[in-house]
Amino acid sequence: MSDSEDVLATAANWRAAGETVALATVVETWGSSPRPAGSRLAVSASGKLAGSVSGGCIEGAVADAAKQTMASGAPQLLDFGISDERAWEVGLACGGKLKVFVEKLS
Amino acid sequence: MTPELLAALEGAKAAKRPVALLTRLTDGAQHLWPDEVVPAPLADAAERALREDAAANVTLEGEAWFVHPHNPPLRIIIIGAVHIAQALVPMAQAAGYAVTVVDPRRAWATAERFPGITLIHEWTDDAVAALAPDSRSAVVTLTHDPKLDDPGLDAALKSDCFYIGALGSRRTHAKRVARLQEMGHSAEAIARIHAPVGLNIEAVTAPEIALSILAEVVATRRGAALARRPALAA
Repeated sequence: MSDSEDVLATAANWRAAGETVALATVVETWGSSPRPAGSRLAVSASGKLAGSVSGGCIEGAVADAAKQTMASGAPQLLDFGISDERAWEVGLACGGKLKVFVEKLS
Repeated sequence: MTPELLAALEGAKAAKRPVALLTRLTDGAQHLWPDEVVPAPLADAAERALREDAAANVTLEGEAWFVHPHNPPLRIIIIGAVHIAQALVPMAQAAGYAVTVVDPRRAWATAERFPGITLIHEWTDDAVAALAPDSRSAVVTLTHDPKLDDPGLDAALKSDCFYIGALGSRRTHAKRVARLQEMGHSAEAIARIHAPVGLNIEAVTAPEIALSILAEVVATRRGAALARRPALAA
């Protein structure tokens, strides 16, 4: 069992319980991102989280995007990273960059 | 992702079958390889991602695809249902390893001591040969008894498992090396064995020793410099 597959099982259980669920997957990283490509975060409409796509820096923003995707059904490709010297305040303190794919489980 | 695809991924996991999930990042279209026929560049990337156990990005006809390998779990085969094994099992499981404990001594290898774990009571060489360790498997001997450890090591050395570790002092290991040479193993082959087992963190208690073993298994798997040891003097 890899940790990303465990997230899938959790997402399946939520969906079986009648929840709307979105999956976020790290698809590309540059620099010192804490979680490798393939890392997953599952988000439920009621606000439950399982897994991770970073060390905790961007999970909030990804969960917001996940709620949009749950509502619209449209997948999203999100970019996170350092765009200027103050970006760490809102993004990745580690200085890494990553792309996260968000899709609805439907 | 459709519920059908999620079920297929879960099914492959349950069957311990390697599959790669291919996602077109422009619109979320997805395929499962090798279950579905996909264009050759995607199939090649999927095969490589599974072999290297690393996700990849591929551009096909101007569109970006994410290639996500889902390999069966790494395995640890523990020989010796001893106290250190009891500490090692939950740590290894937390790190994502599938664990099997081998010990013909039924008083040790009990469901009470190892709840929910696959226990094998065969003799250690037969057990390890039947488990067929592959390049995603580690074998650790902990019985401290040559008549149990040696046959297990013999079988492990005949496999291409990525890690072999053996509990015991340097002096114990020197004697073990001599016995394994008598069994026909070359010095080079025997050098695959990490002994004394585990990273040197001055571990004393059973959980500390288990931690040092798991750390060395991970270090070996990830190619860390810590996992490389100077050869023991003959």
